[in-house]
Amino acid sequence: MGREILRIEHLHKEFEGKTVLDDLSLTLAEGEVAVIVGPSGCGKSTLLRCVNALEPIQGGSIFLDGAEIHADPRKLPQLRQKVGMVFQSYELFPHKSILDNITLAPRKVQKRSREDAEAEALTLLERVGLADRAKDYPRQLSGGQKQRVAIVRSLIMHPALMLFDEVTAALDPEMVREVLDVLLDLAKQGRTMLIVTHEMQFARAVADRILFLDDGGIVEEGRPADFFDHPKTERAQRFLNTFTFETVKE
Amino acid sequence: MQALGFEVLWKGKNFARLMGGLWVALRISLIAVGISLVAGVLMGALMTRKNPLIKALTQLYLETVRIMPQMVLLFLAFFGTTRWFGWNLSGETASVIVFALWGTAEMGDLVRGALESIPRHQYESAAALGLDGKQSFLYVILPQTLRRLLPQVINLITRMIKTTSLVLMIGVVEMLKVAQQIIEANRMKVPNAAFGVYLTVLVLYFLACWPISLLAKALEKRWS
Ligand SMILES: Nc1ncnc2c1ncn2[C@@H]1O[C@H](COP(=O)(O)OP(=O)(O)OP(=O)(O)O)[C@@H](O)[C@H]1O
Ligand SMILES: [Mg+2]
Repeated sequence: MGREILRIEHLHKEFEGKTVLDDLSLTLAEGEVAVIVGPSGCGKSTLLRCVNALEPIQGGSIFLDGAEIHADPRKLPQLRQKVGMVFQSYELFPHKSILDNITLAPRKVQKRSREDAEAEALTLLERVGLADRAKDYPRQLSGGQKQRVAIVRSLIMHPALMLFDEVTAALDPEMVREVLDVLLDLAKQGRTMLIVTHEMQFARAVADRILFLDDGGIVEEGRPADFFDHPKTERAQRFLNTFTFETVKE
Repeated sequence: MQALGFEVLWKGKNFARLMGGLWVALRISLIAVGISLVAGVLMGALMTRKNPLIKALTQLYLETVRIMPQMVLLFLAFFGTTRWFGWNLSGETASVIVFALWGTAEMGDLVRGALESIPRHQYESAAALGLDGKQSFLYVILPQTLRRLLPQVINLITRMIKTTSLVLMIGVVEMLKVAQQIIEANRMKVPNAAFGVYLTVLVLYFLACWPISLLAKALEKRWS
């Protein structure tokens, strides 16, 4: 694997005295796809939010491409350009067209020309099958389409690292696939990604490495085949069991 | 026509003098509305700050302006400033100040409410894309806020214009005073002048208020 993109050292995060992440360390190499799984409330979202400093941290340090993220708040906008993040709920800007949603940040933050930004936006939209929706507004799109736009909106900033927080959790089942396909495609292109998901099949297909998060720390990590077929820890076994039960129940 | 004394109105500057009072009142409400809209956005942004001192001060301002009857505020601005600071504000300036203070407070509270109703994720998405605080406010938050505000702002503007009829009343008093002077000056030559002049004043007052009330009604229907 190539150069190190993300390094988390002894991260400590608490909310009003309640510890959520405790002494968590993690590195991610260029081109690596790591999938975080774990029970609800174990701190997956919080971990991603700490990585691009949407949450302050109480201890440890996070380095992105060698630069410490939480060191200087004034450098944050600069650093955040290198991290793309897509959330669970569709977070497009409702007052802007699809094209304007995508080109806002490259134009205002990176000072690229409108022509340049729009040309790239259209190329990226083409790749996720939405080139013909450029002039539409978010409210005219389905949930799955909105998530694909949100992914494009992050990609156009050329981030070194992409964060995905349960991007299909709010979608109707028939739309999950179209979004996951985009993520699989990104993985194939060699993007560095940190993905939180409850879709275990997908996790298995996309991940180079699975991180099992529980009780504020990484309890187990390994290659997908090893983790899913032969989980080492009892907690991971229990977690995976509840999953098969839920799947059967559906 | 001679008998009603309308011709008195066209003598010299009489008609212009009558219109003057009316125009002053309209001008006051328009300037005050303009100031309130701009200052209200800044005020609203300030009101969402977490700083407890800023919070307390803006709250105090809002409540004070809301609780005090406009007439009291007008009185304070007109006579109070002369008495305490030695300023000699014209009636018009004092009125503009009072209505702008009031409008800014109301507009600020509307803007605050709208800003707070924008989901937190909108701020976070903007931040995650690398927009700094100013860019996020300008390109993401403010446009959405203003869109949400539109109906309430129109309602506020109509309320302001209606309330400025307080000043319109002053304008009418002004008009009546002028009318009386005109009547006195012409008592010998045109004994019936009183009737014509007062009738004109009535029509003028109606003409000034009617479009405003029509506009207010139309806007209310459209935005409710
Ligand atoms: N803003 C907050 N204030 C206080 N507590 C919070 C806050 N955000 C999260 N928490 C708590 O931190 C813990 C971790 O939350 P987090 O959202 O990271 O979990 P998660 O693993 O993403 O769960 P899920 O799978 O349900 O999305 C939870 O106990 C949650 O209640
Ligand atoms: Mg979560």
